[in-house]
Amino acid sequence: MSSPLKVALIGNPNTGKTSIFNALTGLRQKVGNYPGITVEKKTGACSFGPDLNATIYDLPGTYSLNTTSLDESVAVEILLNRRDPDFPDVVVVIAEVENLKRNLLLFTQIKDLGLRTILVINMSDRMKRLGIEIDVPSLESSLDTRIALLSSRNDTGIEDLKAILSDYKSISDQPSLDITDIDKAYFENLKTTFPKIDGYKLWLAITQDVNFMPIEKKVIPDRSAFSTKSKAELQKMQHRETVLRYKYINNALKEGYQKDLSKADGIQGVLDRIFTHKIFGYLIFFVILFTMFQAIFDFSSYPMDAIDHFFASASEWIKATLPSGVLTDLLAEGIVAGIGGVVIFIPQIAFLFLFISILEESGYMSRVVFLMDRIMKPFGLSGKSVVPLMSGMACAIPAVMATRTIENWKERLITIMVVPFTTCSARLPVYLIIIALVIPEGRFLGLGYQALVLTGLYLLGFLAAVVAAAILNRGLNIERRSFFMIEMPTFKPPQFRNVAITVFEKTKSFVLEAGKIILALSVVIWFLGSNGYSDSFKNAEAEVIQQIQQQGLNLSDDELSQKLSSYKLEHSYIGVLGKIIEPVVKPLGYDWKIGIAVITSFAAREVFVGTLATIYSVGEESESTIVGRMALETDELGKPIFNLASGVSILLFYAFAMQCMSTIAVVRKETNSWKWPMIQLGYMTLLAYLSALIAYQTLI
Amino acid sequence: MTNLLELKIGQKAIIADSIDERLPVKLMELGCLPGNEVQLLQIAPLNDPLYYLVAGNRISIRREIASLISLDL
Repeated sequence: MSSPLKVALIGNPNTGKTSIFNALTGLRQKVGNYPGITVEKKTGACSFGPDLNATIYDLPGTYSLNTTSLDESVAVEILLNRRDPDFPDVVVVIAEVENLKRNLLLFTQIKDLGLRTILVINMSDRMKRLGIEIDVPSLESSLDTRIALLSSRNDTGIEDLKAILSDYKSISDQPSLDITDIDKAYFENLKTTFPKIDGYKLWLAITQDVNFMPIEKKVIPDRSAFSTKSKAELQKMQHRETVLRYKYINNALKEGYQKDLSKADGIQGVLDRIFTHKIFGYLIFFVILFTMFQAIFDFSSYPMDAIDHFFASASEWIKATLPSGVLTDLLAEGIVAGIGGVVIFIPQIAFLFLFISILEESGYMSRVVFLMDRIMKPFGLSGKSVVPLMSGMACAIPAVMATRTIENWKERLITIMVVPFTTCSARLPVYLIIIALVIPEGRFLGLGYQALVLTGLYLLGFLAAVVAAAILNRGLNIERRSFFMIEMPTFKPPQFRNVAITVFEKTKSFVLEAGKIILALSVVIWFLGSNGYSDSFKNAEAEVIQQIQQQGLNLSDDELSQKLSSYKLEHSYIGVLGKIIEPVVKPLGYDWKIGIAVITSFAAREVFVGTLATIYSVGEESESTIVGRMALETDELGKPIFNLASGVSILLFYAFAMQCMSTIAVVRKETNSWKWPMIQLGYMTLLAYLSALIAYQTLI
Repeated sequence: MTNLLELKIGQKAIIADSIDERLPVKLMELGCLPGNEVQLLQIAPLNDPLYYLVAGNRISIRREIASLISLDL
């Protein structure tokens, strides 16, 4: 069998390109990253007949080959470089009926690259309502291509597209425009300098201002040889090119495309006036947000509890079934617990992406961006930062992933850097237990102190994010290349298949990518917690029994094993580590036990509670008992360890500290460098430490 | 000279022939071309950004960019 045909799908955003990709490939998709950058690379397999297989490349959505964002430049890079392994045999440009004219701009550019180009006109189901008539044969001849009229919503036309693709050799690869029309003298000059390279490719290489990947390096050796025109002159030439392209398009559409202007889609205007209204717009937005968090917190707590129980009992089962030994412990307490720590996030992530993809598919998300942009701008954020910041209240991991829609790198980076300040659900167990310990139950103006403190902590997280953003905005010296522009797509009911595939793919990508790192670190923490080099660790059992006998205690088996695990933990590597860092955490009001909990909770914040439970030998009992035991804990002078000062200090520490290795992993992945997660870890830890220090020292 | 900022909600106008050379090419590609009709659909709270219908495309841009597009009223 010959190697598969390479088909690239390209098109403007909101043309339903992904729907067509999904229709062609179903779940036979692979989502990865382009090497070196974090732009999603989606490929899928498709066959058109017994002996014609194809690999479909879903290139990032772009309005033109004149790129302004990372996503867009990927498309140009692949299409310009014949030696690229992903260089397509045939390109399918996806357009849609309503904005056909604008979509064709990209089509003419692709054709000018000398590639075999097919045109798909999607959303044909809307033609009647919009009063649009299309004469396919006439357009095929005026645009010099083959056209498939398609509706991904009704699943029609896909077979036509496949038929055209299987006959791909007959498709024209002639350019639409003569690019030298922009400036004859200029292109003449280029031709004499570089006779072997195509004029339009040179032109693209010269005018692309791609910050991230200098594509011209691959195409032409030295860019300076062409810089005979100033930047402003080049920009003017690009303007002229655009005018020429639209002239060509208007001409080509004259015969084959008719639009009855009286049939404007009135409902869209009404919806827009409601959703972007100065008062109702915000009201609707907050109702949607509220529903979303309700779902994420409440609904996902059931599957999360089930997952938690499942892994706990799996761990128990392994310990009970397999012969006891280091390998069994590693499996039960390291690996199974580690996998559990990954899987437990799945419900929240799936719910979050379910909502986000419905809001995006329907076209509503652009309205939120529109409403919020001006409010976010002074902080160096954009309207597009709102979704990640809100998502951060569930979990920073999907929130960091959601920043991909921000095309301005500086705004995206700032958003990533401040997102972990928003109060994620993992902080909640820590907050709840400390608040229960140190905040009295009284009421102020009818509101409980405890509830007020909790609300205050949520506000504090959001405030910290915004202030940090403002500071980073001044401090980061990154050129802002793109400007804010967002298309407001028409409102459409979301397509179930697209939503389902998005949820599936995003969740899978989290489990596989971040999961690897969480699992590895869990194993490390397990190892450090269950091994030690001191004699006390090795002879733990004997020493504990001796202690108990000395104190004359009569303990049940359960209590004895809890006592033993607590003693072992104290003398394990992690226990030793806790003792070593005690001088560092002492000024914050923590003893070595809290120190250990701070270290172990680096795996995930909620581990703090579990670790304290282990250390205080409380084990599997209810949390109120943990609280009870913690309240009794005293220092050498007999004063309680958990008092108002140390409690507030812990709350502030957890409010600000990065304290989550999964977030570090995902930031590493999204920024593609260790630099940003390390800076983030550094400044957040510093802020956490200082504020905890100040709080403790003033309150004590 | 008048520019996009001077439109009132619902008001239509035609984009003038002279194009500011600082105008991002992307906006022209989205229909901000001389001779095309543009209509202001909505202004966000706090007066920014602005939401236009231009040559059938619905786009939202910030004031600083909108001020670069001049109009024939």
